[in-house]
Amino acid sequence: MDVAIIGMGMHPFGRTEGVSGLEQGAFAVREALKDAGLQWKDMQFAFGGSMDGGAADTLVNKLGLTGLQFINVVNGCATGGSALFSAYTSITSGAWDLGVAVGFDKHPRGAFAVDPEGMGLGKWYGQVGLALTTQFFGMKIQKYMHDFGISEDTLVRVAEKAFRNGSKNPNAWRKRPMSCEEIANSLMISHPLRQYMFCSPGEGAVALILASSDKARRFTTKPVYLKAAVVRTRVYGSFEVFSPCQALEQAPSPTVQASKAAYEMAGVGPEDVDVAQLQDTESGAEIMHMSENGLCRDGEQEKLIREGATEINGRLPVNTDGGCLANGEPIGASGLRQVYELCLQLRGDAGARQAPKPLKTAYSHVYGAPGLSGVTILQK
Amino acid sequence: MGKKQVPIQEGLFTWPSEDPRLIGSRCRNCGKVSFPTQKSCPACCLQDVENVELAKRGTLWTWTIQGFPPKAPPYAKQETPRTFVPYGVGYVELPKGVRVETRLTENDPDKLRIGMEMELVIEKFMEDDAGDDVMIFAFKPVEGGA
Repeated sequence: MDVAIIGMGMHPFGRTEGVSGLEQGAFAVREALKDAGLQWKDMQFAFGGSMDGGAADTLVNKLGLTGLQFINVVNGCATGGSALFSAYTSITSGAWDLGVAVGFDKHPRGAFAVDPEGMGLGKWYGQVGLALTTQFFGMKIQKYMHDFGISEDTLVRVAEKAFRNGSKNPNAWRKRPMSCEEIANSLMISHPLRQYMFCSPGEGAVALILASSDKARRFTTKPVYLKAAVVRTRVYGSFEVFSPCQALEQAPSPTVQASKAAYEMAGVGPEDVDVAQLQDTESGAEIMHMSENGLCRDGEQEKLIREGATEINGRLPVNTDGGCLANGEPIGASGLRQVYELCLQLRGDAGARQAPKPLKTAYSHVYGAPGLSGVTILQK
Repeated sequence: MGKKQVPIQEGLFTWPSEDPRLIGSRCRNCGKVSFPTQKSCPACCLQDVENVELAKRGTLWTWTIQGFPPKAPPYAKQETPRTFVPYGVGYVELPKGVRVETRLTENDPDKLRIGMEMELVIEKFMEDDAGDDVMIFAFKPVEGGA
């Protein structure tokens, strides 16, 4: 039994004054239903999540009290991936055959608030100034650049591409292209990463309508099949955010674990991937996640990015919608935003940012605190 | 009565001490070391662990410079962009132990190098409400070190 995505909806990302996270979520669900030609009362189940935007299941107050099974899924950066995994297993198990996955968020301005004690860390860890995700990203890419010869110029190029792609995306937050000079001269945040190499917490919502493949054909001529949805947490020895210590012997990241499991589940390999959405919390992350997801060898990114391989018209377009850098990161919606973009690309509906090459297989990846990763693989 | 020097948290390092060390825990089953101490082993999941003092010298595994004032709380100091002085952060690899995340005494990117030799210091972080010095651990480059 295959699972198909038959409708997609999005509330624009960025800052929308006067519109709550829940209202953005309801907007996205209505758009997705419209896209599928269905109504809220047709939905048998929903999985939804938000970190700061409110309880997802209260969306029923806005969308209609139909009595459907609504389960809240809150799992940090993998909230969207977890909702998709839940929808996938609900359909493949035969429990349901038509429902919705929704994610939305509305974060306060500035860096994410961190509660070290809530994460099982000592109070001292925050007091001395170690509880910042930005430090981890700086230290991980610092080590990676040292080991594999990635230059600062490549960090700049990744950010430049993101804002350029974002300028072609009407739903993006940052729509102004930025020059390499502007990025390279921006404020140093966490050496070697600068201000315009980082994404910011933001707002937005995405909803996807999922159906069994039997049912999908009734509603759409362009189904996108969800071939894999996987979530993994860290194993002992992987280098993770918020770690007062790490083991001397290094183990692969949760991204590597999730990626391998997803390829196996989908029955494809990295060589089959035509277009990818990779977690780009900052530009170094996109570089490292290319290899962690098997899409290139360590160090090869320097050449690939210089040659334009990850551009929209390249061999392997990455983050065609501008990624987290141009869209910001509303935690609950971010993973589903990636899948939304890939569905557009596979359907050929991505407009000014449509990848020109033929597309069959698409790949999405999120990574977040405290060391978890979600991967999905889609095919048309 | 003179000022006291109080550790930011008991049990992180031996204090007061002429030769202070970080305190970690070692699993009696698999030998893996963690810092700070914890009651179970993250590698083999058993609860048979003992406290150990960690080596005071190691090598810099990676680093960054914190370039903006962290949010307070959880940060204990109230800083503005005007008063804030960027600080180094890194992981120091301690032989036969573990890599420890730590503040660095050095904040100049040109003076930090992956692989350089580092040494534990206990230094004043701030004054608490009672006027005592709050002490934290940090690592500093070893003079003339490799």
